[in-house]
Amino acid sequence: MLASDIQVAQNIGFGIIATIMVLGAVNVVRSSNVVHAALSLIAVMAGAAAQYLLLAAEFVAVTQVLVYIGAVMVLFLFGVMLTRAKLGKDVDLNNKGGALIGVPVALLLLGVMSYVLIKGFEDTKLDPNLPQTSTAALSDTIFSVYALPFWALSFVLLAAVIGAIVLARKD
Amino acid sequence: MLAEETGAAVHAAGWFLENAWLIPLIPAVAFFLIIGFGKRLPRGGSEIGIASMLASLVIAAGTAYQWIQRVDAPVAEVGHEVAPVIKSWNWFDIGNLHVSIGSHIDGLAVTLLLLVAFISTLVQIYSTEYVRGDRRYTHFFASITLFSAGMLTMVLAPNMVQFILGWEIMGLCSFLLIGHWWEEEANSEAALKAFWTVRVGDMGLLVGTAVLLGIFGTLEISEINEKAANFAGDNKGLLMFAAVALFIACIGKSGQFPLHTWLPDAMAGPTPVSSLLHSSTMVVAGVFLVARLYPVFHVGLDINIAGQHFNLIAVIGGITILIAAGLAFVQDDIKKVLAYSTVSQLGYMMLGLGVGAWTGAVFHIFTHAFFKCALFLCAGSIAHTGSHHSFDMKTDMGGLRKKMPVTFGVWMVSTAALCGVPFFSGFFSKDEIIDSAKYNDYKLFYFVAIIGAAMTAAYMTRATYLTFFGKARGGAAHFVHGDNHGHDDDHHAAAHHSAPLSFAKSDSSWQITIPLIILGLLAVVSGYLNAPALGIHWFEHMTESSIGSGTAMSVPPPPEFTWAAAAPGLLLVALGFIVSLALTKAVFGEKKNALQGLTQRNALLGAGHKFLVNKYYLDALYEKVIVRSIAHPISRAVYWTNQNILDGIVNAVGKGGKRSGEFVYKYLDQGLVDGAVNGSGAAASGAGTALQPVQSGKVNLYGALLFGAAAVGALVLVLVNS
Amino acid sequence: MLINQFLILGAVLFCIGVYGVIVRKNAVLVLMSIELILNSVNINLLAFDRLWGGQVDGNVFALYIIAVAAAEVGVGLAMVLLIFRNRKTIALDDLSEMKG
Repeated sequence: MLASDIQVAQNIGFGIIATIMVLGAVNVVRSSNVVHAALSLIAVMAGAAAQYLLLAAEFVAVTQVLVYIGAVMVLFLFGVMLTRAKLGKDVDLNNKGGALIGVPVALLLLGVMSYVLIKGFEDTKLDPNLPQTSTAALSDTIFSVYALPFWALSFVLLAAVIGAIVLARKD
Repeated sequence: MLAEETGAAVHAAGWFLENAWLIPLIPAVAFFLIIGFGKRLPRGGSEIGIASMLASLVIAAGTAYQWIQRVDAPVAEVGHEVAPVIKSWNWFDIGNLHVSIGSHIDGLAVTLLLLVAFISTLVQIYSTEYVRGDRRYTHFFASITLFSAGMLTMVLAPNMVQFILGWEIMGLCSFLLIGHWWEEEANSEAALKAFWTVRVGDMGLLVGTAVLLGIFGTLEISEINEKAANFAGDNKGLLMFAAVALFIACIGKSGQFPLHTWLPDAMAGPTPVSSLLHSSTMVVAGVFLVARLYPVFHVGLDINIAGQHFNLIAVIGGITILIAAGLAFVQDDIKKVLAYSTVSQLGYMMLGLGVGAWTGAVFHIFTHAFFKCALFLCAGSIAHTGSHHSFDMKTDMGGLRKKMPVTFGVWMVSTAALCGVPFFSGFFSKDEIIDSAKYNDYKLFYFVAIIGAAMTAAYMTRATYLTFFGKARGGAAHFVHGDNHGHDDDHHAAAHHSAPLSFAKSDSSWQITIPLIILGLLAVVSGYLNAPALGIHWFEHMTESSIGSGTAMSVPPPPEFTWAAAAPGLLLVALGFIVSLALTKAVFGEKKNALQGLTQRNALLGAGHKFLVNKYYLDALYEKVIVRSIAHPISRAVYWTNQNILDGIVNAVGKGGKRSGEFVYKYLDQGLVDGAVNGSGAAASGAGTALQPVQSGKVNLYGALLFGAAAVGALVLVLVNS
Repeated sequence: MLINQFLILGAVLFCIGVYGVIVRKNAVLVLMSIELILNSVNINLLAFDRLWGGQVDGNVFALYIIAVAAAEVGVGLAMVLLIFRNRKTIALDDLSEMKG
């Protein structure tokens, strides 16, 4: 087997990023500090963007950085600020006894999904010789095959903008 | 998005033939204009309606002209068969099914287009005077314009979807127009009755169309006709099923027995609506459907197969002729006489289609439209000007012939045409149907048809006598004397006019008389387009390509006309006329005699009269017998169950409980009982507490339930599949 | 690289997100957990896009999901803000008017 087929560098990269993501995600749901949770979420988002690069989806990775890390996270921080959450430690962030339900449900889901994935794909490999996803092809597809969902999405965004303004307006 | 699929046949066609789709489009656009701007216009939107109908009429006339040229063109140019001009655009796709919208022009479509556009134009001109001052004047014109647009859309439909579209637009507009004066409960009930009765039939249209799609895999009318005419499959039962389902739709729409009951009630609408509804639109739609898809019916119902003496269409048509003609005898309302006469004439058209007289039936649509429209407009003219807005012949009419000469003249001509007096238009069309019934081996229906013709003559004689002859009565008497009192007692008048009535001293105004004269003229001459008696077969020549023919279908040619063959029918008509005249004069005339009040004195005649007045008790059958026999036993059974069984159980349980309670109280240790009660209370409370969080209103818990259920569901799927 | 690397990473993130949705009381944090779920789905989509290479459908869907998520966060936070303004709290267990 050729060394390039194993892709040592990429695998190491994946491992590091995945570890950061999982730890960050756990912090998002466990942290007792709202701001820390938000910052951990940024780490997860950034990790996801890096994974997209590993999956040769440059455009989506860039969009992820722009939209999620740029816009959505700022929104979250605004939300944290405007709802006057305590900036320090806050013990009252979790439901009492929530973990009693949350842990079994999450583990059950994880077990079922892992079992299915491992059984279904075993050691199927991604073809490392595939070319990068071309952004030109991506835009062609969006504006031809998926033009109708694109329109619908535009309306959804418009409605969201108007709705957010209406909801958040003070009067 | 509209990809043009112009067929090869179009190249030779002219501008009008290719652009016939404008004919329904113009009134449809006009409808929106009237709704949007009508109220602001000086004439309340009627000018848009009339202009749009005139434009449609011009295009329809151009289409007819070019169609005639096309049929008469040398064989080399159009091929042996005169192919229809089909132009369609892709409307939408469902899977592999392409639904198009466009126009299908052939002889049949051209006939109806011209007819509908022409009659709609005249009726709208007439309406400007008839509904003048009405509070919903603009809405009236909007509805009536859309109504015409619906009919025109249906007539030119190249496929079943567009056909259904037009059909349903008409259904909706007929509801709006019949219920135009909905403030009176009877009117809104009539509108509802019309709508629902027709809807019953409409289910047949949907089912039939779906079955046709299943058999032939297409919705294009031309393809369906071609495939049906050459039908050679072993699932002929399916085709018959489609034909029967479609015919049920025709029964509903065209007021055939047993769904004819809505048509006379539809007289609740303004008279112009009745005349439009009964002449060229709405009721003709059912007949048109049979004529349009004739191969489906012809092959599906085995029409004209040797040895066949009955088929569904002919039987229903025959029954309708007789039943409706019988009902027309006992009506006092002049519009109801005409309504039943329409039903009866529609029976003739159906009978014609049922016995293979396609040309005769379609030609009867054509001629009937003119004289029936004229008759209705005459009735409207009488009510509007002559009889104080009453349609009751017995109380408010009589002696009007001198005062309303134009109306009288048109009425007489149209009546002659309706009765089939020789050389008036109805004679040529009706006679061909009757002859075909005889020659195509449907002898029974031949007799039905000539008896029906005699009855037609008889009831029209009665109506004519009551309206125009004899002594003026009621409203008509006021009119004759130029009297102007007693308006306030007629609340209907308030709906017609905002201002008090001013009785004309003579016949109606020009907006009413001119359409009448035109229609009266056509009632005479329209028959000469196809007069077998004079050897004229022009109409047949123009439309015969629409009949459809193929290996599975052969429509016999119309029989040769002979006066000898027509004689029995004509004799019966004359007999009907004479007998009816004598009887009517005797019963309603000025001289006292024994016949007056006979129905009150003679039990048998009285019963017959009552039977007819109650419309053969068909309405009662539907409402009292069918509805009650289904609904009432159910409710009664439920009530009985409720009273006897459930109450019994409840009572028994209660009594038992009481007794056992007493027993327990008396004989068992109270501590034990208390313990049990407390225990069960605690158990219930515990269960409630345990389940209550599920209904907590807490978002997290709902999320947990959702994901938990999804996880469990996935697990089950995995376990089942592995 | 194995496809399962990415898919299982997605599954893990998804389950952590589900845990967050169930456990968290603060509405902003619940929305963050939902973002985790959406991101895990995106990773799956791109992984499958790579597996059956040559097409870009997975990329398109991922982009659409990002856009919808942005809209969702906007509206969601506006609602949270409104609730906070009316009730001075965004603790979800206080918001139980829907209780049956």
